[in-house]
Amino acid sequence: MNFDFSDDQKQLRDQARKFLAEKCSPKAVRVVLDGKAPYDSELWKGLAEMGFLGVAIPEEFGGAGAGHLELCVIAEEMGRANAPVPFSSTVYLAAEALLIAGSDAQKKKWLPAIASGEAIGTLALFEGKGNPSPKSIKLAAAGGVLNGVKKPVADGAIANFAVVAARTGSSGRDSDISLFLVDLNAGGVEIKNLTNLDPTRGQAEITFKDCKAEPLGAAGEGWSILTQVLDRAAVLCAFEQIGGADRALEMGRDYALDRIAFGRQIGSFQAVKHMLADMYVAATLARSNSYYGAWALSTNAAELPEAAAAARISATQAFQHCAKNNIQVHGGMGFTWEFDCHMYYRRANAMALGLGSLSYWEDQLIDRMRKKNAA
Amino acid sequence: MNFDDTPQEAEFRSLARAWIAANAPKQYEDELRKSSLGRTQLKNADILEVAKAWQKKKADAGWACLHWPKDYGGRGSSPIERVIWQQEEGVFGKLSQLFIIGHGMCGPTMMAFAREEHKRKYLPPVASGEKVWCQLFSEPAGGSDVAGLRTRAEKNGDDWVINGQKIWTSGAHYSDYGILLTRTDPTVPKHKGLTMFFLDMKSPGVEVRPIKQASGASDFNEVYFTNVRIPDHQRLGEVNDGWNVSLTTLMNERMSIGAGVATGFPELFDYCSSLMLNDGPAIEDRAVRAKLANWAVKASGLKYTSMRAISALSKGERPGPENSIGKLVAGSMIQDVATYALDLQGAAGVVSGPEDAEVAGRFQAMLLRAPGTRVEGGTDEIMRNIIAERVLGLPGDIRVDKDVPFNKIPTKGR
Repeated sequence: MNFDFSDDQKQLRDQARKFLAEKCSPKAVRVVLDGKAPYDSELWKGLAEMGFLGVAIPEEFGGAGAGHLELCVIAEEMGRANAPVPFSSTVYLAAEALLIAGSDAQKKKWLPAIASGEAIGTLALFEGKGNPSPKSIKLAAAGGVLNGVKKPVADGAIANFAVVAARTGSSGRDSDISLFLVDLNAGGVEIKNLTNLDPTRGQAEITFKDCKAEPLGAAGEGWSILTQVLDRAAVLCAFEQIGGADRALEMGRDYALDRIAFGRQIGSFQAVKHMLADMYVAATLARSNSYYGAWALSTNAAELPEAAAAARISATQAFQHCAKNNIQVHGGMGFTWEFDCHMYYRRANAMALGLGSLSYWEDQLIDRMRKKNAA
Repeated sequence: MNFDDTPQEAEFRSLARAWIAANAPKQYEDELRKSSLGRTQLKNADILEVAKAWQKKKADAGWACLHWPKDYGGRGSSPIERVIWQQEEGVFGKLSQLFIIGHGMCGPTMMAFAREEHKRKYLPPVASGEKVWCQLFSEPAGGSDVAGLRTRAEKNGDDWVINGQKIWTSGAHYSDYGILLTRTDPTVPKHKGLTMFFLDMKSPGVEVRPIKQASGASDFNEVYFTNVRIPDHQRLGEVNDGWNVSLTTLMNERMSIGAGVATGFPELFDYCSSLMLNDGPAIEDRAVRAKLANWAVKASGLKYTSMRAISALSKGERPGPENSIGKLVAGSMIQDVATYALDLQGAAGVVSGPEDAEVAGRFQAMLLRAPGTRVEGGTDEIMRNIIAERVLGLPGDIRVDKDVPFNKIPTKGR
């Protein structure tokens, strides 16, 4: 047993951290936050050049073929830097869906474009409020065309293509759902940008009107593929979340050491110390759950569904907890636009919803634990 | 990252599994499985006798105190082998918890500070469970403030003469030996005048009085010392260097409590899987599921945090203060889990005791024992201070008594 990343993987992490510290300073993030650009396209190009976008994409499809542990390591750094790029929608959702269900031709078309930074992809799953379920999908596919509305779609306004979940049956079973690949520059697609909690990662409404689409995976397999994609993305997002949680904790710790009140560093007051200790505890538990998820993801273990749900819940809670209390440690300053605290608070709360909210994953976790116990 | 056994680990596991299958006291398996924090009694047997017999059997076959050196009664195993053993030993490991103070704290302290001949004489019977040890640190005036203790040790010829009182001493009523922290110089600041010894608990002048706890059980004791004589060769470390010696013990305490502490989660999950509420099975209730999921990720987070610590240990890294989180998280969690299990029982939750209560009263017993878990070995607040100061690097609490001679420190608040 060895429950840690290898020296090579740690080296990759250091490399990614150094690169992001240089290319993705809070100042750079603010360009997107302030609405001056939809995402940081320079950073996106740089990530492609570093090989980070295709790190888990096989070499035959233009990637580095390193693997998912390496992708976890990079994801953590993306979260730590609060990177304003469509990394999660393209790399965790679109690329993973292609890797799981894509035909050879589909993989050849899109995966090299993802790895090189030419294509931004996303998953169009949600249709308004509520958690992922086959019943929530109304958008209809018939005769090779899609009709319906998806909202919100992460990075939908800047994506080149989308994996779209559509209804192809009316049996009331999971097999009513199929997946489609849609080139978003083709006809029949209308995109509207939506204001959202975290402007550093956009959200859109996409309307499909007799829009041509090609199937991704077998008809009726859509829900089963989606479940796998969401599980994988849950682990990868968990790493972004623990990266963000750690950064928020560091910011709080540093401020507590710098700021003097009542003649003392505020970090010397137990109320503040204990709040920071609790942030550390939450971040540590989340990290450990995420490591287990990383192991399950990288080995495609039977434990992946349960491990992914645990990582998702734990990392979501930890990031929200650390981001929220980082503002509290900072006092009034933490609530200002100038301080960076709110960027992590926004990201934490946006990420908590993006793959289905906590209540969805709580349900998933308990179902999966019951199944395991019954087996 | 790899959870598979190496060939050597697989070999070790199959040896351990075969030996346990052939030797474990299986007649108690079911009762041990159903025991939880606060309820570790056997109906028709003395659990201490059963535990001692199992420990002795393990020691004779080379399976006791795996991580201790062979010369002192252990097996010289790697940290990973210790984990494999624990996985295989399963519920029978609950028996060894009775010896945790000797195995986890006194033993390592003796190894670090005792003379070689003492180690060879005293440690093997600790490993084999034949001799039980306790740790005599806390006092009425110094709980979390360990260095505030007042038990005096005064040199008299080749002996030291001990007078004073200890409290919260786990297992003192069935212990053969103890390690004892005393004050040897009250005229210097509190941390600088302490000295550590080990002693025979049957020495004249030692009186053990069990304390009846809130739960009704008596796991802890008061221990009184009246002119107890300890020979100087039973001193551990230098005179007045007892604080440093005690830090070794306390660090080991956090390691062993942190690794072994129960969360109550597996018990709650089982309970909710079988419990029927008015609207159907508890585990299908939305609110129950949310609670369970939140505790599930804490329990798994603790499990994998300790696995990360073991991986670090096996690479030669030292266990650090981050190991305090096990006790901190599990301590309040078990209290909350027990409270919630009783909430699910409604008014029936008020009934306790193995005969009349739901699931043999395990959650009622857990509830009444749990407050102690948050206090013993350092309170939640002390654990948070350790994390804040030693992991995050925040300033220490202001200590107004730090440079004051011990005998000038006020003893009453008002």
